[in-house]
Amino acid sequence: MLAEHGDRLAGFDPRARLILAALLALTVVSLQTSSAGSIALLAAGAIARLGGVSPQRLRYLLPLELLMLVLLLTLPFSVPGTPLLTFGPLVASREGGLLALLILFKANAVVLILFGLVGSLGAGAAVHALARLGLPSKLCQMLLLTLRQIDLVGDEYARMRLAMRARAFVPRSDRHSWRALGWLIGMLLVRSLARARRVADAMRCRGFDGQLRLPQRLRWRRRDTLLLLGALPLLAGLLLLDRWGWGGWTGWAESRLAGGV
Amino acid sequence: MAHIPDGVLSAPVLISGALVSTGLLGVALRRLREAELPQAAVLAAAFFVASLISVPLGPSSVHLLLNGLMGLLLGWAAVPAIFVALLLQAVFFGFGGLLVLGVNTLNLALPALLVARLLRPMLQRMAELSSPQQRRALMIGGTAGVLAVLLTGLMLAASLVLSGEAFWPAARVIVLSFIPLALIEGLVTGIVVAFLLRVEPALLRLDGGRHGA
Repeated sequence: MLAEHGDRLAGFDPRARLILAALLALTVVSLQTSSAGSIALLAAGAIARLGGVSPQRLRYLLPLELLMLVLLLTLPFSVPGTPLLTFGPLVASREGGLLALLILFKANAVVLILFGLVGSLGAGAAVHALARLGLPSKLCQMLLLTLRQIDLVGDEYARMRLAMRARAFVPRSDRHSWRALGWLIGMLLVRSLARARRVADAMRCRGFDGQLRLPQRLRWRRRDTLLLLGALPLLAGLLLLDRWGWGGWTGWAESRLAGGV
Repeated sequence: MAHIPDGVLSAPVLISGALVSTGLLGVALRRLREAELPQAAVLAAAFFVASLISVPLGPSSVHLLLNGLMGLLLGWAAVPAIFVALLLQAVFFGFGGLLVLGVNTLNLALPALLVARLLRPMLQRMAELSSPQQRRALMIGGTAGVLAVLLTGLMLAASLVLSGEAFWPAARVIVLSFIPLALIEGLVTGIVVAFLLRVEPALLRLDGGRHGA
């Protein structure tokens, strides 16, 4: 379920991918320059590509960009620094713009890393690996059960929505629609509770005793260790570049131009 | 916009959020008995699906947070339900991020717990009555919805402002955008609670044999 096709990282142990994702996210979040941020975003895009993340999946990034838009529009004006643009009393600073850009790069990079390394594993395998890495078993069970039930409850919801459409319901911004949607949510909960009782009974019938049993055996191989060891110097390099820098893209372009003349 | 993405918040905010959330999650999991797991999971799935419904509001539409309703119905189990939903959304839908998971969980779960503490006992007492009081159910649900969303909005803004003074304007925009959301959420939560009281009062009495929040 939810697994991507064409995952070229499938040869690695899911645990290695989770650890790598956490390491990458930690590194990306601690970057401080937008130049290093842009490199991180490019690398994250490459990882997403390797993980076989389909372009359609990228539309999920849209709600994220909405919040980014708020930051992009407000940060240049609230960070003091070199003026870049002036609108009457409002002054947009270069520093604020760069900070907004850095946040934009970092937020998108982390999501792409998650999509490529964890999302593309598929939900079952990802939770499995989390359990092996020591996430509490109750939480893992809840994750697995919830994942499965989202599909089923989603079907139930689609059915109820279809029934409403068959009765010519069109959601509008009025009291009638809000009440109908409220009842829809209420009914969804009522049916879910009934479903939960059936599921619990069925699980007890099959001998559920609260233990989480993990049928698959994961194998940690040398390439997994190499993957993590190989990633460390790259991450350290990015952090060094970030702190001591090479002057950023503009600095780099200037030095190239100066060298060319 | 209740999910802050990665790369925005400062390290102290991220770390405190993660620590407090881990603590709350630990307590909640200890209180959740194995026999209640399926119920908590199915209801968590239902809330996940319900939060994807787009509710028309004026010229645009909003998605409900439903953390007030979760607090009312699930009590402490709202914490793992919220965490699970956020984790799945971050990994499969790109809402939020990995390192901010703690802060995002806290921003939704703390208001849910507050609602559970303040309003859940009232609702449970009412569900025991033989003659259900629709109007009071509407009031309790409405209060839960408004309270939880406003609190989430304020905590969201606080997480931003504590990360840097430069986020003040963005935080103000977010709090303002949460006011209409709180009103619609209050209305819909009130309707849901009144509906449940009439149709399935058992849902309002879920407490797994433990009283109080």
